[in-house]
Amino acid sequence: MDIPYTVQPRPDTGVYNAKVGMWLFLASEVMLFGGLFSAYILLRVAAPEGTWPHGWLSIPLGTLNTLILALSAVTVLLAWAACKARMFDRYKFFQGITLLLGVIFLGIKGYEYHDKLTHYTVVLKDGRIADGHWVSATPSEVVLKGEFVAERSELADRRGRAKAHEEIRLARDQVQKMQVYGPAYNTYLALYFTMTGLHGLHVLGGLVVFAFLWGPGSRLWKTDPDRFTNRVEVAGLFWHFVDLVWIFLFPVLYLT
Amino acid sequence: MQATSPAIPASTHHPAHHPETGFWRTYIFSTDHKVIGIQYGITALCFLFFGFLLMLMMRWQIAHPGEPVPIVGPLLAAVLGDVAARGVMSPDLYNSFGAMHGTIMVFLGVVPLAVGAYGNYLVPLQIGANDMAFPRLNMMSYQLYFLGGIVMLTSFFIPGGAAQAGWTSYSPLATAIPTDGQTFWLIGMVFLITSSLLGSVNLITTIIQLRAPGLTWMRLPFFVWAQFTASFLLLLAFPPLETAGILQLMDKLAGTSFFLPTGLAIGGKLADISGGGSPLLWQHLFWFLAHPEVYVLILPAMGIIGEIIANNTRKPLWGYKSLVFSVLMIGFISFLVWAHHMYLTGMGTRISAFFQTTTMIISIPSVIILTALLISLWGGSIRFNTPMLFALAFLPMFGIGGLTGLPLGFSASDIHLHDTYYVIGHFHYVVAPGTIFALFAGIYYWFPKITGRRMNEYWGKVHFWGSLLFMNLIFMPMFVQGLAGMLRRMSDGGLQYSAAKVPGVAGALSGPILGLNNFILWAAAGLAIAQIPFIINFFWSIAKGQPVRSDNPWEATTLEWQTPTPPPHGNFLKPPQVYRGPYEYSLPGYDKDYVPQNQPPG
Ligand code: HEM
Ligand SMILES: [Cu+2]
Repeated sequence: MDIPYTVQPRPDTGVYNAKVGMWLFLASEVMLFGGLFSAYILLRVAAPEGTWPHGWLSIPLGTLNTLILALSAVTVLLAWAACKARMFDRYKFFQGITLLLGVIFLGIKGYEYHDKLTHYTVVLKDGRIADGHWVSATPSEVVLKGEFVAERSELADRRGRAKAHEEIRLARDQVQKMQVYGPAYNTYLALYFTMTGLHGLHVLGGLVVFAFLWGPGSRLWKTDPDRFTNRVEVAGLFWHFVDLVWIFLFPVLYLT
Repeated sequence: MQATSPAIPASTHHPAHHPETGFWRTYIFSTDHKVIGIQYGITALCFLFFGFLLMLMMRWQIAHPGEPVPIVGPLLAAVLGDVAARGVMSPDLYNSFGAMHGTIMVFLGVVPLAVGAYGNYLVPLQIGANDMAFPRLNMMSYQLYFLGGIVMLTSFFIPGGAAQAGWTSYSPLATAIPTDGQTFWLIGMVFLITSSLLGSVNLITTIIQLRAPGLTWMRLPFFVWAQFTASFLLLLAFPPLETAGILQLMDKLAGTSFFLPTGLAIGGKLADISGGGSPLLWQHLFWFLAHPEVYVLILPAMGIIGEIIANNTRKPLWGYKSLVFSVLMIGFISFLVWAHHMYLTGMGTRISAFFQTTTMIISIPSVIILTALLISLWGGSIRFNTPMLFALAFLPMFGIGGLTGLPLGFSASDIHLHDTYYVIGHFHYVVAPGTIFALFAGIYYWFPKITGRRMNEYWGKVHFWGSLLFMNLIFMPMFVQGLAGMLRRMSDGGLQYSAAKVPGVAGALSGPILGLNNFILWAAAGLAIAQIPFIINFFWSIAKGQPVRSDNPWEATTLEWQTPTPPPHGNFLKPPQVYRGPYEYSLPGYDKDYVPQNQPPG
């Protein structure tokens, strides 16, 4: 029993099944991220004046990642074009590059996460607030590299501010509250981790599919190149969507 | 393809060329849309039954607050422990049962039955396809649904029990309850949502791509249109709830404050959270799904009713085109009405005017559909078999449900009615004697195709009249209670607000109003008894029902009846070619009063 139009397009609709399926799936993905972006807008608009963080993320790293994804959008297209032109080695080459770019993207993202998850704000019992990166800790002492501030609100806007490198030693018994820059820190970081985390999972999912199509899945090329080309195309569609989401995430989280 | 001998079930005439796969591949990990449809159907019926039992126990509790639940009380105490000490339902347990009743009925019962089972089994047959577009994805959808169900059921037995914050799971309450039930609920929902998404991608692709040659859009049976639109609603409305679920899960597990406002106090103590979240955000995301979701519940039901009415009036459906356009219009507008569930949040007159207007507009296509189905009866020579009785009852029952929705759609009257039993009455009229009657009708109607045997007519009618009577006895009094101001979700059934407890207070609930709780309890027990004939009839007929004499026992026109009975893997003996519309009944100039869609002209 063969299901029709798995490879050749249906004449009156002009597409093959998997492509319709992918477009529909992407429509639902638009709604998924649409829900997230609406949440972002609502929460940001409702935030009290002057509390929304600015300049908390590294714009150079974000820009680099944007370029990486943009480049991968090109290579994924070239990989598909190579399949269409029946040039399997070229396909392997470009798909390999795409994979590599995706992995680098995730690596950079991981580095950014690490940077946040080693960053602390410490409220002391005398009311002072220390903010900086974790250096070391003993049962009696915490050492950070950072600065003291008088008010939390001073931490909100960090645009154009030089990084503080002063080493701060804090006695444990003076510490009232110690907060890591994780999702629970504030609404901005909660959104940052959730949105980029969900996006990262999509990147990962795309990479798993690409790895399959690059490795074991590419055996299909020998028996049914048309079908294989379709798979590459559909995976590529998904990848373009993932890129597109990043194009929105980048300004929303890094630049504004 | 007609079988000849009346004595032998038609199924034995067509030794379905079943693949030489073993039991597991044929029945459990099957990729055949019909097997998957049946899996959905059986699982969903079990969940419906379970959800119904939860409700029976709750009705006992609100009619007799603090008294041990009869029959199952000791079992509850033994299995659930403290929350059901001595067999008495504690408020916590009541809340769990309430939340899970709603969740199970909607997400594990009606939707999987209406879309998962009916859509899967019938849509490929009705469009003349040999299977769904993505058979393996189809199997995965069912498995995810099953897993989601398991997660939900497991949550009853964890410490603290299942989720307690209603099927709507409003934050901050849902997050603040210290037990893990809500976490299980959210994880279960993520499974269910993913399952629905994959299922709807599959169904829509199938309808777009696999229609038989000649089966143009305007020749599709109304049922297919209904499934098509319902699938689009699932596809586009569910993801925002998935977003909301993920955010609430973050609130629960990662300590974020997406839905938790600044200054939130839990149990009199300021919560240790960053704050800055918005409880209303949850409500918006939830209802953005949940309003379209109610149309996911009703559209497939309307589709089923359309098929059965056309078949049993032996007439084309009246106004096929307006039916189709109304369904599509409902689909679009249902994305624009969600905040009519939130008038009480004080959204301001301009926004509420918008949602009041859209809510009134969406009733127009609903009324058109109902009217077209009603007019279809006109002048028909109606066959009053069991499926048709359920279909006929659907019309007024859905009518009552829809009409009682109108006062809810105006913010002025809704502020009085919101969160009362009136709302419960409203939506149960649309879903229980509405959608569930349609689902019953469909079971009686397609049973011969699936099993090769008919269900017993006499017991079918007993089931019908009993259900119709008790459904109304249950839900009609709720309007009265709601208008008198009785709130929903109270584990004592309103006792604390009764005139007996707070004498002299204006608006306290009178004795007769509270007494209706007891009335409803016994009506619910009656409804339970009325289902016994169905259950016995169902199983008995699978084994011993009267065998059908042909592949098309109802003399229907649509393609699912032009297959062997039951349809083999791959469905049609040869790929069908379609020549005509879906309801060519009683055409002049033909010797029979029906012309199947695949009968060549002339
Ligand atoms: C056709 C006209 C309809 C109108 C004007 C209407 C209007 C409304 C309104 C305004 C509410 C909110 C009431 C409140 O919470 O205060 C409501 C609740 C509800 N409606 Fe309808 N409705 C209609 C049809 C339907 C249909 C067809 C279904 C389902 C098949 C449905 C299912 C529900 C459910 C489940 C709720 C309650 C949700 C909850 O709060 O738990 N309604 N309806
Ligand atoms: Cu609604």
